[in-house]
Amino acid sequence: MQWVNAIVQGVLIGGLYALFAAGLSLIFGVMRLVNIAHGDLIVLASYLALVVVTTLGLDPLTSLVIVVPAMAVIGYALQRLILNRTLGDDLLPPLLVTFGLSVIIQNGLLEWFTADSRKLTAGAIEVQAFQALPGVWIGLLPLLQFAVTIAIIGGLQLLFYRTAFGRAFRATSDDPSVAQLMGLDTRHVFALAMALSLAVVAVAGVFLAVRANFDPAIGPARLIYGFEAVIIGGLGSLWGTLAGGIILGVAQAIGAQIDPGWQVLAGHLVFIAILAVRPQGLFPKVQG
Amino acid sequence: MSDKTFSRRTALQGGASLIAAPAILRVIPAHAQGKTIKIGHVSPRTGPLAAFGEADPFILEQINKLLANGIQNGGKTYKVEIISKDSQSNTARASEVASELILRDKVDLIVAASTPDTTNPVADQAEVNEVPCITTDCPWQAYFFGRKGDPKKGFNWTYHFFWGAEDLLAAFTALWDSMPTNKVVGGMFSNDADGNAFADPVMGFPPALAKAGYKLVNPSLYQPLSNDFTAQISAFKAANVEIVTGVFIPPDFATFWSQAAQQGFKPKIVTVAKALLFPSAVAALGDRGEGLTSEIWWTPTHPFKSGLTGQTPKQLTDAYTAATGRPWTQPIGFKHALFEVAIDVLKRTKKLDDPASIRDAIAATNYQSIVGPVQWTGQPVKNVTKTPLVAGQWQKKDGKLDLVVTTNKPAPQIPVGGTLKPLA
Repeated sequence: MQWVNAIVQGVLIGGLYALFAAGLSLIFGVMRLVNIAHGDLIVLASYLALVVVTTLGLDPLTSLVIVVPAMAVIGYALQRLILNRTLGDDLLPPLLVTFGLSVIIQNGLLEWFTADSRKLTAGAIEVQAFQALPGVWIGLLPLLQFAVTIAIIGGLQLLFYRTAFGRAFRATSDDPSVAQLMGLDTRHVFALAMALSLAVVAVAGVFLAVRANFDPAIGPARLIYGFEAVIIGGLGSLWGTLAGGIILGVAQAIGAQIDPGWQVLAGHLVFIAILAVRPQGLFPKVQG
Repeated sequence: MSDKTFSRRTALQGGASLIAAPAILRVIPAHAQGKTIKIGHVSPRTGPLAAFGEADPFILEQINKLLANGIQNGGKTYKVEIISKDSQSNTARASEVASELILRDKVDLIVAASTPDTTNPVADQAEVNEVPCITTDCPWQAYFFGRKGDPKKGFNWTYHFFWGAEDLLAAFTALWDSMPTNKVVGGMFSNDADGNAFADPVMGFPPALAKAGYKLVNPSLYQPLSNDFTAQISAFKAANVEIVTGVFIPPDFATFWSQAAQQGFKPKIVTVAKALLFPSAVAALGDRGEGLTSEIWWTPTHPFKSGLTGQTPKQLTDAYTAATGRPWTQPIGFKHALFEVAIDVLKRTKKLDDPASIRDAIAATNYQSIVGPVQWTGQPVKNVTKTPLVAGQWQKKDGKLDLVVTTNKPAPQIPVGGTLKPLA
């Protein structure tokens, strides 16, 4: 039963990785931008939630009502004012700019909020759990987080394939020049994609803040599994990202069950194995 | 017209400086009989370990004020300059700034503090370049064995004061002995310099716990910033663990502690190093931070006094809180003590332009600092001397969590502030 429990926890953690990675996957899919600052933006959202919670006295989960739109606005402005200027045939300039952004966010947060380790308290829900099977405990918060992840990825999928908005994203992703010829303002489309990505980041940030401590420097370390989830799942594919996250989470759980020292290693090994066998990832985005 | 005024003014100014020059020339040598002594300082000011370097600006300001008039050595006054650099919580960066301090700034003495990630690379650079070096705020095994030190030979240029794994164990077991338990201990050790030193099968926790009559359930090292501790929690539950110990960084402890609650694991005592040092990290846990226990290196109630400013620990932490509006933290005392010892060494050095002479002065130190006596006697190894360590509990006082000393068996000179209460 210990093994079943470990695998169940691994699946739930996989949801967390997918939540961290969904925004990353989304903007890569639309504009081939690798956002190195993604982890720091998640932490920025955590701090934003902290400010909202402490000034307005809201519950962390309710603070999403403010944090999500706020991050979306930041995303739109960020893309419109900075990142759009760097996009082109070369992948390197946007990569370097987001790298710089990561340094700026970390040090800005350090100046403003100090190095203190912070956490948002969501009350009793944090530690509530139920016994699904004898010996298999499922925490309410991880379960909620997993459900939210599935809802977000499902919602994004619907948006991409069922709406005019999504058609614009897909068209721009396929061929920006032709999309422009058809009357789409690609700068606006890219900015909307970044806004959407940061709205997802806001959710990830709040869950991160409730789950464990955060400090200004923690972003990159939290994101590494997100990157792996995106690559395992296939670049640009949202369901693939979820699958990638779960594969990673379960691999780590099984590794840890054999020996806790193998937890992280097992995840990386699965990542390398998949990269060796299927470099394009499990569910690469259908081209054309 | 304007040309004329200009030249007149210039002429006047030039003349004035000419007249003043002899006066200045006469004044300068009187103040600067010796050369300026440079102290290099490395500490994690930014990055994941920034909480340890938080008190640096306060301490440096205080020390610089004291050094404004220089120091006396052999009847002469020397100016002292402190050059402080940020290690960015990164070993490579710490090594780089240390070599910059040594090779470019040509410092006479180098001091560094806070976790092996900063002390070890700085000390290594100092050893290679033959510059005297004093470090603190890092368990001595992580400092000494982490640098591949040989207890028979020791190091030539680098000295360290802090406590070690054996003190941590003595403090922890003394704490646990004060409450009845089944003596089954679950060990959680992070796979970094500190965790490796504490989990060492020869020098670390495992043999010492066995000797103290505790059974250690130790499911090997875990990677820092893990997101899942289910495997360890299941193993602890299966073994009926009542005490949890080990080394955590604060985010990992928060993850572990929520998961333990979700998985229905309720130990009687949780005593972990590193994660529960800072008031902010414990406050972040909310109500579930109450009752957790930690090692205590230094508190405002420690019965020592600064040999430099005459301040008691309470006066120092009050000054810190008044200046910054922030609660006291344990590293403050050690940051202060580091400069206390450095200045004491420089005052006693026979030939200040000779690094070996400064080194000999370090070795001969016999000093009463704000963290206790500092004297390198060859125990536990040549380059290390130990400061007292006790243990205590985060208890609620007037609605605020405060770290209270509950056990002073390993260092009876430290006063006890309360008794251990079981976790709710």
